[in-house]
Formats: sequence, structure tokens, C-alpha cells
Amino acid sequence: MAVVVTDAGFAPDDWAGTVLELAPDADPNEVDLQAPLICVRFPSFADGRGFTIARRLRLAGYAGRLRAKGHVIADQYAMARRAGFDEVEISDDLAARQPQEQWRARADWRAHDYQARVRQGV
Amino acid sequence: MYKYNDFDEAFVRERVAQFRAQVQRRIDGALTEDEFKPLRLMNGLYLQLHAYMLRVAVPYGTLNPGQMRQLAMLAERFDRGYGHFTTRQNIQYNWPKLQDVPDMLDALADVEMHAIQTSGNTIRNVTSDHFAGAAADEIEDPRPYAELLRQWSTDHPEFQFLPRKFKIAVTGAPNDRAVVRAHDIGLQIVKNDSGETGFKVIIGGGLGRTPMVGKVIRDFLPKADLLPYVEAIVSVYNLLGRRDNKYKARIKITVHENGLDKITRLVEARFVELRPHFQGADVALLERIAAQFAPPPLPEVGLGAFEQAFDSDPVFRAWVDSNVAEHRVPGHAIVTISLKAHGQTPGDATAEQMRVMADLAEAFGHHELRISHEQNVILPHVARADLYAIHARLRAAGLATANAGLISDIIACPGMDYCALATARSIPVAQQIATRFDALKLEHDIGPLKIKISGCINACGHHHVGHIGILGLDRAGVENYQITLGGTGTEDMVVGDRTGPGFAYDQIVPAIERIIATYLDQREAPEETFLDAYRRLGMAPFKAALYPVEKAHAA
Repeated sequence: MAVVVTDAGFAPDDWAGTVLELAPDADPNEVDLQAPLICVRFPSFADGRGFTIARRLRLAGYAGRLRAKGHVIADQYAMARRAGFDEVEISDDLAARQPQEQWRARADWRAHDYQARVRQGV
Repeated sequence: MYKYNDFDEAFVRERVAQFRAQVQRRIDGALTEDEFKPLRLMNGLYLQLHAYMLRVAVPYGTLNPGQMRQLAMLAERFDRGYGHFTTRQNIQYNWPKLQDVPDMLDALADVEMHAIQTSGNTIRNVTSDHFAGAAADEIEDPRPYAELLRQWSTDHPEFQFLPRKFKIAVTGAPNDRAVVRAHDIGLQIVKNDSGETGFKVIIGGGLGRTPMVGKVIRDFLPKADLLPYVEAIVSVYNLLGRRDNKYKARIKITVHENGLDKITRLVEARFVELRPHFQGADVALLERIAAQFAPPPLPEVGLGAFEQAFDSDPVFRAWVDSNVAEHRVPGHAIVTISLKAHGQTPGDATAEQMRVMADLAEAFGHHELRISHEQNVILPHVARADLYAIHARLRAAGLATANAGLISDIIACPGMDYCALATARSIPVAQQIATRFDALKLEHDIGPLKIKISGCINACGHHHVGHIGILGLDRAGVENYQITLGGTGTEDMVVGDRTGPGFAYDQIVPAIERIIATYLDQREAPEETFLDAYRRLGMAPFKAALYPVEKAHAA
């Protein structure tokens, strides 16, 4: 079973619909923006392509559910949310090693955000 | 100088708290060493040959005296009484204990400093011209743009896990003192035909194992487009840059392999998408930042005792000739404080020396200090009338070496004395060259000359752009030093040419001596610099001096 992390913490995957899964080298220009759930795979937490893919999908107008899936660590949760992801899907092993308090510690991802200052002046 | 607001202050404090927790989680095992590594790196903490090393950012090289004193305190409390200024306008402390590092970061935050993004595969400390705001040839002070880029790049959610590190440099002058053509992005402030200021944007420069001169991607970028355009470049690179081989991961390789045309097309398309999302908050922020960089009041003052001291004291005169540069305001000057005393480690300063420099900036220098990429410290705004008093105090502190821009003003990486990647020593080679030419009393006769030494092919010592470059390699367990000639890192950047086979550790200084003897013998006049002479003469006479005849034929 996988664990889905949101600002509220850990939950089991409740999604029953279709999933569009993107490889880390997917071209954001060729993605079906009508898909209800798009998962972007992270092969390693050190591979940051998924953050740019998420940002580009949001800029292109994608309004559905956007999930980062794979090796994403708790310290990257704020980056994932700021880049446009709604949630992160991790393995049980990773969830055991990095329990939900470590993820919830970054549920304040709207705070201390230089991007909001340079873009919206807040 | 830029002053932190409540947001900046809260940001660095929060970041220290996060890192403190990360250190704890590493100790608990919640983070593996692999996972902890990039987190400590993005907070400036390296694991080196013998111990950890903390790299602290001096954003665009600008410091105030209070900050310099805090750096001195850190040197005494957590290092062995000194700090090492680097080619990227940072300072490094060499022996911190992991559990002390959060306290060091808190002490830095107390004086509006940090170690954020001084390492890791992210956008690094933005560097700039160390004469910014003072140089006579400047179009505009580049530091407000560097500060804007610092804020934009700090914790940028898209760009914390790039294919490789990413370095940006900004200069406001046509004479490039910031080596912008050797950066992932180089920005040069220019004026267009209508007299507006903007940027010439250069990408894909770099040194390392594949040195490349940066290429112009935009001749003129309006100022208001800066952030979306830079973001477009880094965003294209994040998806396109290679992740299969770290030696081919820098943007210079991405540009080389894909071609400038394709990269330009992708960047311009990305820019069109991003531009509407920057609605002017960035421009308003820039204006607030720029107001804080207003130049200090510099009245046109007389020379006082300067001329008499200059005429009567030859030691002072030699120092003025080499270490004092023209200021844009008459009666003032820019002082380079050399951290290259003959026989010392280039770029090192003791805590006591840091305090002397802080005191001088306070007494004579409008509270400003700069760190140069050539590993020296600058007092950017001093009255010429005060130079004699400044010189006396520097002399008492061992800081009055009159060698800025001369043969012993050497850039050297830490090399095998500290670095885990090094294949040869570089500091001792720099020390021996400096000591040797000091003993020969030839330094001032030789004139402007940049020697740069790297202890491995990663080229942290910038050897490719040294007029004389020295690269230390390992040949079957023995140090071997290759020489390049004719490199330069200025607006006409050139990568130096290799002379031929390398030299053993005990032969490298004699080899440099033969190069210098050839130059002195063949220059047309004392005014012809080494670089100019090399450009006129070519490699042949230097090669003949370096290699015995039979070897030259064999090559």
C-alpha cells in the first residue's frame, strides 16, 4: 500500500478513477490536460525535473489533481506544493522512516516564500 | 548596502531551525546519508578530506564591518583562528563539528548572513564586480540586480535539484572584473541605441574539465524582463540538462550538445509563457532594493598629505601603484587589501586581520568591504588623503603586501591540503612561486600577470583563464603540473593554450621562471604586459624555453 501525503498528513490512496502517469522525461506540451489525476514520477529525490513539469502543467492551465509519486522526501514537501502539486505519494518504507510529523512540519509551505514576494509582492 | 527586512530575517531564522532539525533527523536515522547530503549541501556544509567545511555566502561580495567581525568570531570559535576567502566571494571554515553548524548559522543570521545555496545542485551565491558602485567605468551598480536574483533564487521550488550546480554573475561595467563569460549565466549591464540600460545575457560559460566561453543568447534584455528570462533559462535547463553523467551535466554541455539556436528557441518560448506571471512586483521590489545601494556621500576632497607621502616613502608608493585603483569620484580611491602575503596561503585571513579590516572600513571606508573573486579584500570608497594612514595600519597587521595584479597575487584552490577531489597540491606551489619572485625582486618589473592554480581538473583555481595557468594532476601516484599560457577571464575571455608535457612538483617553479625569463627577454618594452607579449609572440619561444630540443621534436 502506498501513502498519500497532503497538508493534513498521511492517508491511504482514495483515488479510484483513471490515472495519467508521467515519466520524469515527459514533455509537458504533450500531456492531456483533461486527465482527472496526473502522477509525475520521481525516480530519485535528487532528480528535480518533476518540479518543472508540475509548474509547466499548471501554467498551461491544468486544473485537475496533481501528484508527485516515488522518491520524494519530507524536506521537499514545500517545494512540491509550491511547484503546483496537490499531494505526494510515497512508499510504506519511506513513510515509516519519515513519519507524518516530518511532512506536516512543512505544511506551512505558504510561509517564508520568496517566490510569492517577487511574483505577487506579498 | 542591503538591509534585511522582517521577511528576510524570518526566512533565515526558519531555515536555521529547519537545518537544526535535519541534523537531528540524520542522527536519528530518519534521513539516510544520501538524503542528508543534498540538504547539508544546500546549507553550505561539505564533507572534505579531513573534516566538514562550512561555506558562507558573501552575497555579491559585499560586507559591512559588523559582518566581518562576526566572521572573525566564527573563525576563532569554530575554526582555527582563520577563514579562507574563495574565488566565488564566499568564506570557508575548515574544521566545524556537525553539531556546531546550526549554532554557526544562527550567529550568521545575527548579522544578516547565511550559507544558503553555497553548494549543491542549485543556483549558487550570485557574484558580482568587487569594484561595483565605485569603478569609474561603470554604467550602473550591478548589486541591486544581484540581490533581486538572490531573493528570487533562494529556495526556488523548481530549482533546488537541478542536474548540476548553477552559477550566475552580474557586472555593470564594460571591463569585466566578474568573469561573467565563465558562468552558467553571465549578465552584463549595457546601454542600447536608445540609451536605455538592460542586460547582455550570456549562457553556457564555464571552466572545469570542459572550459567554454559563454555565448550571447540576448544582446539586449530590458531590465524588467530579468527574472522571467533567467527563470526561462534555468527551467529549460532543468528538463534538458543531462543527468546520466555529472561531468556532462552543466548547462555549457547542454548548450554545446543542443546548439545555441535550439536553446534560444526553447528559452524564448518559455519566456513568453512566464513573462505574464511577473506583473511588476519584481520591479517594485528592485526599486526598494536599489534605494538601499545608494552611494555614500563622497565630497570632492583634497589630497592632503598623500602626495608628500607618495614622493617620500617608496614602500607606500609601491603599494599605491599596485593596490590602489581609480575611483569614479576624484580625490577618492579603491583599495585592494592583498591576502597574498608572500609565502602565505592565498585567501586566508586571521580573525585579527579581519578585525583590522573591519576597523579600517569603519574609520575610513564608509562601512563597506568587498571580497574579490581574486581572493582579496577591497575597501571601495576611501579618500586619497587617508591612504597613508590606512597603509600604516595594514602594514602593522601584515596586510600591506604590494602585489595586487602582480605575479604573487595568485588564485589557488585549496588543493590536496584540504580537498577530497584534489589530485595535487596547489597552495604550496603558490607559496613557492610568490616567495621565489619576491626573492628575485622581479615582481614589479614583470608587471601585470595573473597566475591561477588548480589542484585537479575541476578547475576551482580558474587555471584556464590565468595568463599562466597551472593544473596539478596525478600521474601514477606522482604530482604532475601542466601549464597553460594566454588565458584571460575578462571581456575578451580566452582559454589558455597548453604548453606541452607537465612538470614534476620540484620542477614547476623553475619552469615558471623560464617562462618569465623568456618574457622579460623578448618583450618590446616594459609596458608590454606578459599577456600582450604572448599574443604577439605565440607559444614558440616559451615552448623552446620550457622543453629541451629533443623533447620538442618528439612532441
